[in-house]
Amino acid sequence: MKRINGMSLRGAFFATTAKRASGKQSPFRGGLLRAITLAMTLLILTSCRQVPGGGAPVDLNAPIYVYETGVDYNTWVTIPTGPFYHGQEAELENIDHDYEIMVTDVTVAQYLGFLVEAIAPGAIKVEGDQVVGFYPGDEFHGVKHEIEIPLGDYVFIPLNDPSSRITYDGSKFQINFDYANHPMTDVSWFGAWGYCQYYGWRLPTELEWEKAARGSGDDRPFPWGYDIARNNANFYASRDPFEDMSSFGSRTTPVGFYNGNAYDGYGTLDSASPYGLYDMAGNVWQWTGDVYEGMHYRFMRGGSKDTYDMDLRIWVRNNATPTYYSPGVGFRCARGGQ
Amino acid sequence: MQAIIQRFNYLFKSTKGLILVAIAMIGLETALFGMLSGPMAEFGVRDFVVRVFKMDLVQAEREGRIIILYHSIAMAVVAIETYMITGLLKMKEFYKTAIRVLITVGYLFAMIFGMGFAYWGHNWAFHGLFISGLSLIFFAGVLLTIALWPWDKNYYQPDRAFARTKKGVDMERAAFFAAALTTVISALFGAIPGSYFGNGFEAFLAENIIRYPEKTAMQYSVIGHLHIMLALIAIMITLIIGRWLNFKGILHKIAMPLMILGTVVLNLGVWGVVTPLEPVAHMVIYVGASPAMLGALMLVIFGWDKFIREGVVSIKKPDFFQKLAALFRDPLKFGPLWQMVFMNFTVSGVGILMAVKLDDIFRLWPAREERIELTGHWHVLSAIIATIILLYYGDMLGLKGKVRKLYGWAIIVLSDIAFASVTIFEMKRLFIPEATQQPLVNTLMFLMDFGLGMLLVILAMVMVWRLLDLFKKKGRWTEEVDHELSAEVQQ
Repeated sequence: MKRINGMSLRGAFFATTAKRASGKQSPFRGGLLRAITLAMTLLILTSCRQVPGGGAPVDLNAPIYVYETGVDYNTWVTIPTGPFYHGQEAELENIDHDYEIMVTDVTVAQYLGFLVEAIAPGAIKVEGDQVVGFYPGDEFHGVKHEIEIPLGDYVFIPLNDPSSRITYDGSKFQINFDYANHPMTDVSWFGAWGYCQYYGWRLPTELEWEKAARGSGDDRPFPWGYDIARNNANFYASRDPFEDMSSFGSRTTPVGFYNGNAYDGYGTLDSASPYGLYDMAGNVWQWTGDVYEGMHYRFMRGGSKDTYDMDLRIWVRNNATPTYYSPGVGFRCARGGQ
Repeated sequence: MQAIIQRFNYLFKSTKGLILVAIAMIGLETALFGMLSGPMAEFGVRDFVVRVFKMDLVQAEREGRIIILYHSIAMAVVAIETYMITGLLKMKEFYKTAIRVLITVGYLFAMIFGMGFAYWGHNWAFHGLFISGLSLIFFAGVLLTIALWPWDKNYYQPDRAFARTKKGVDMERAAFFAAALTTVISALFGAIPGSYFGNGFEAFLAENIIRYPEKTAMQYSVIGHLHIMLALIAIMITLIIGRWLNFKGILHKIAMPLMILGTVVLNLGVWGVVTPLEPVAHMVIYVGASPAMLGALMLVIFGWDKFIREGVVSIKKPDFFQKLAALFRDPLKFGPLWQMVFMNFTVSGVGILMAVKLDDIFRLWPAREERIELTGHWHVLSAIIATIILLYYGDMLGLKGKVRKLYGWAIIVLSDIAFASVTIFEMKRLFIPEATQQPLVNTLMFLMDFGLGMLLVILAMVMVWRLLDLFKKKGRWTEEVDHELSAEVQQ
């Protein structure tokens, strides 16, 4: 294990907050007008600072800790056929097939391997600032708010997004190896679907995802049980070593990070699901494979580093257009059973 | 014993006492349960509060808890508005007493037992008492509707300066009546699906199903209910403020028919979501909202014009700045109308922008982003209504001089800083990418917490003052026992 950045993240956050909150002079000392002026100035200055190109307040390439978690991201686990407790109301639902699912999210290193491999036979191509790939399209029903998705090439990953972990220099793809074992992010649903498809796999359905997260024994809200602590998962303000709430906010943790190990004194709880999957709550939202009639949105599960703990509950759903990508969205694949 | 009875009579029989109790209850509830959410959870305050108060927070029941929390606060606000209406408008003493008894017992039951059920384990007797409380409030609403019957000749409006029909029917009373009647019906619009889902112990928040193309009639009903109830509370407070400021003249004559039309059409649109008219229901809602908002605009113009004229009465040829000073002279009167204007930037404007650009912008973002906008805008609307009530309450308290100015401006400025921050927070994706948003989010969260936190501190100071006052033999409360709001209407 190697420690690159030794700053006290939690300390920095509180120091900044306290500095803002107290100030050198009470905002009320000079009357209300001064308080308004102070508050509005603070807001405007901070907002302006953040406009892209208007300065460099957030260093997206700030150094990070590099940890080996000991969890092999090339492993799969079999989820057996049978019933499980589904949803918030824990209704018994049966999945009538065995299937395999990845133990962790697809990592940056794995996705790099896919890009390198898939570009040669033309399964993907670079177009402008994007990697695109073919998608056969969805049946369109013309329902209100539904957007048609015809067959064609769609964005898999952006290459110009400042938070993207993969770059392209015109001849080859590259990654920042500090993020090699982090979940692949800034990947659209098409990019997730394309990855799984290329290897003959698929994205898990929502039900499959949920069973893999919850197991089949009880109605637990989190993969590890009924309660959540800050060192169970990577969520908003969970105070993990990768977070600096005064600057870039929350960042991804390496896959399998919450496995009971301690990293430079930061102890984690073993937060595997009953079937042994990691990161099924927090870190990144995970695309699932269902395409629903009358809706072009694709659904995500698991919550992320950017959401409060309530969104880490197993039954919580999020959705977005399939072209959406974000530093808080990743995926894992499933195979067999369908 | 006599001392206790006297104070009990003040707190539970006088208009100002009843309002004081309801505000105190809301303040306590907000202070306690506000410590369980968002930033408070980040700082570890939530865990501390849960431990100290021995709360029982089951993860799967979060949505149900929140629904009860919203209802218990809303019921107290409805009670405050009811006290104001029964204090401002003429009605038979029997109705006034019965309505107040029912709604007071109702909201206290709903609040105490509802929150007890939701946050301290499932005591089903508490749940029964919570439902009983809601039922009592419903019956109070029915009685209020009857009491407001505008075609009773005793309540005809003889003064031609006010909106009235040729026969003399008071159009303002008719507007109150329309709002009360539709509130009662719209309460059923929530109660029926509430029973349906409650029977299966299913709870959901409307913002979480907003993108699903297929919704059941019951789900539509829940979504319609929460929207229309808040809109009706807003319409009612507009009418109340109008009565307090003695809204009259040509603008009153234009505004009241608009308010009635707006209220009725708005409700028809919302009720229409569970009928085959669902595809056009939203259009009907827009059509209904427009006249209601125009009516409120008339009130704002009337009020501001009145404040300016009164403020420069001793100046022969007032210049612009003198007029402006006159407008800002009394924050407790200026404030409620300003908050109505400010609402257009933080609620209506956001809503219209979202409606116009829904598929082009907002639905390209993930659902969780849309949820922030949805919950943000109605939280702001609720809080704006609360600040309007607090400003009016400041006048009821008889605040004078510097204290009056400080109290009024503090509420306006602090709340508007918080609401503006919420609005920027909702819309942040328009101008800042997710990866670099954290410093802006920190600033906005600080301003929200600062604004709302200080507001609560001010409220706490007022409540402590009023509590200490109750220990005085000749405290302010003795003056308020017999004061009625109708006698304090601005002339």
